Amino acid sequence: MFEIFGIPSTALFGQLLIGLINGSFYALLSLGLAVIFGMLNIINFSHGAQYMLGAFAAYLLLQYSGLGYWPALIVAPVLVGITGMIVERLMLQWLYKLDHLYGLLLTFGLALIIEGVARNYFGSAGLPYTVPESLRGGQNLGFMFLPNYRAWVIVASLTICFGTWFVIERTRLGANLRAATENPTLVRAFGINVPRMITLTYGFGVALAAFAGVMAAPVYNVSPQMGSELIIVVFAVVVIGGMGSILGAIITGFGLGVIEGLTKVFFPEASNTVIFVIMAIVLLVRPAGLFGRRT
Amino acid sequence: MLDARTPLLAIKDLQGWYGESHILHGVKFDVQEGEVVTLLGRNGAGKTTTLKSIMGIVGQRTGSVRFEGRELIGLASNQIARAGIAFCPEERGIFASLNVEENLLLPPVVRPGGLSLDRIFDLFPNLKERLGSSQGTKLSGGEQQMLAIGRILRTGARLLLLDEPTEGLAPVIIQQIGKTIRALKEQGFTILLVEQNFRFASTVADRYYVMEHGRIIDQFANAELDANVEKLHDYLGV
Repeated sequence: MFEIFGIPSTALFGQLLIGLINGSFYALLSLGLAVIFGMLNIINFSHGAQYMLGAFAAYLLLQYSGLGYWPALIVAPVLVGITGMIVERLMLQWLYKLDHLYGLLLTFGLALIIEGVARNYFGSAGLPYTVPESLRGGQNLGFMFLPNYRAWVIVASLTICFGTWFVIERTRLGANLRAATENPTLVRAFGINVPRMITLTYGFGVALAAFAGVMAAPVYNVSPQMGSELIIVVFAVVVIGGMGSILGAIITGFGLGVIEGLTKVFFPEASNTVIFVIMAIVLLVRPAGLFGRRT
Repeated sequence: MLDARTPLLAIKDLQGWYGESHILHGVKFDVQEGEVVTLLGRNGAGKTTTLKSIMGIVGQRTGSVRFEGRELIGLASNQIARAGIAFCPEERGIFASLNVEENLLLPPVVRPGGLSLDRIFDLFPNLKERLGSSQGTKLSGGEQQMLAIGRILRTGARLLLLDEPTEGLAPVIIQQIGKTIRALKEQGFTILLVEQNFRFASTVADRYYVMEHGRIIDQFANAELDANVEKLHDYLGV
């Protein structure tokens, strides 16, 4: 063990790791929000509830059908994504031309309903979900101990985030999405089924939240309020990164996770507020966010 | 197959609205296969709205739009495009978040028989040079217009709706666009053109329809243009 700025290395790297883990979830969730906002013009306030639904789906799949972590990592996001698409078809599609506030209120209401129903059935104490067998244990890196599951969370989040970025910024499908964000009427008049693309995009954004929820199940407790606790921070991340910016969501997600972790080491009293202080400064200096386009 | 007398595009009693305002009041005209037909008229006569109504991108429309004998009035705009009609809007519609190549490849191929990229670059050599360019909207106005026309030639659509392709462009570019329209006609494309600039239109069109207050009020062939010039000046207020 050695010291950096008078702080034992294990403590420093331990907090850095926690920061990266939190950052992995911030990035995944704010990425989903950015994708949804870019395409649908909806501020998806039910994102936290959909993240929680992902974790509960994994829990229920294990309890009632014996489906373990790895299949749940696919099945739960697909199921929750489908519920998202149903919500989009039944409710959200009527709000695109209205002010953002309407979409925000509708999804906020949905979040309250989903959370209330979950609390009614499962209480608020939280349910355990164990780390999958193949990822138990950890590596001793000399300067710190790295649990395998946490390493997996970071790698999986980075892969999904940059995979999504690549698809949107570098492929034909992504070009269609970007064009439809800019001028949906013209893209549709070229023969592209834009409403279907919007439904699938919402489903994908919601599935990302659910995917994060499944990954979070063994790290945090599976509880009805797990989403609402996280979503406030995630919205701050989105505001800092710039609403609708894909790369901004990813970089600020990880970056703020790390900053939060380091604050716990150097100035613990501020660790709960540091993200919001940064948000306030960014809003004053660059209202469109660090990576946002001025409109 | 269409018989020789069935028009490629037949429009009857077309009514169109933008929100509350009723713009088209029973437009009726047709376009034969292989023709270049121009809609002339003053600002606000309903020319652009006619194109948008054919394409299904106005708020509300009624009447009949038959393409290759098939009724399109009840279809969504993506289905109309898939039927084989392509639209080049007045504002050109180049996407800022797409590079030049992505803009060019954006409209999907709706049927076989579209031009290859090489053929498009033969028509618009500038586009090939600008292919590596970062943002579609960084091109000059003329290049953006070429990109807007070029990208719909790939799709295999047989009917092209061009909304004021010469607006705001330098004379040398206008000439190039005129040359392109004639080349496209030779290759069997059918073109419905909206123009304010009837001197330009006279270099490419086979027939003209004149619009006023959301109706067709006159029509004549290119051969009859000289006999109609005075009347036309009157209609267009020039």
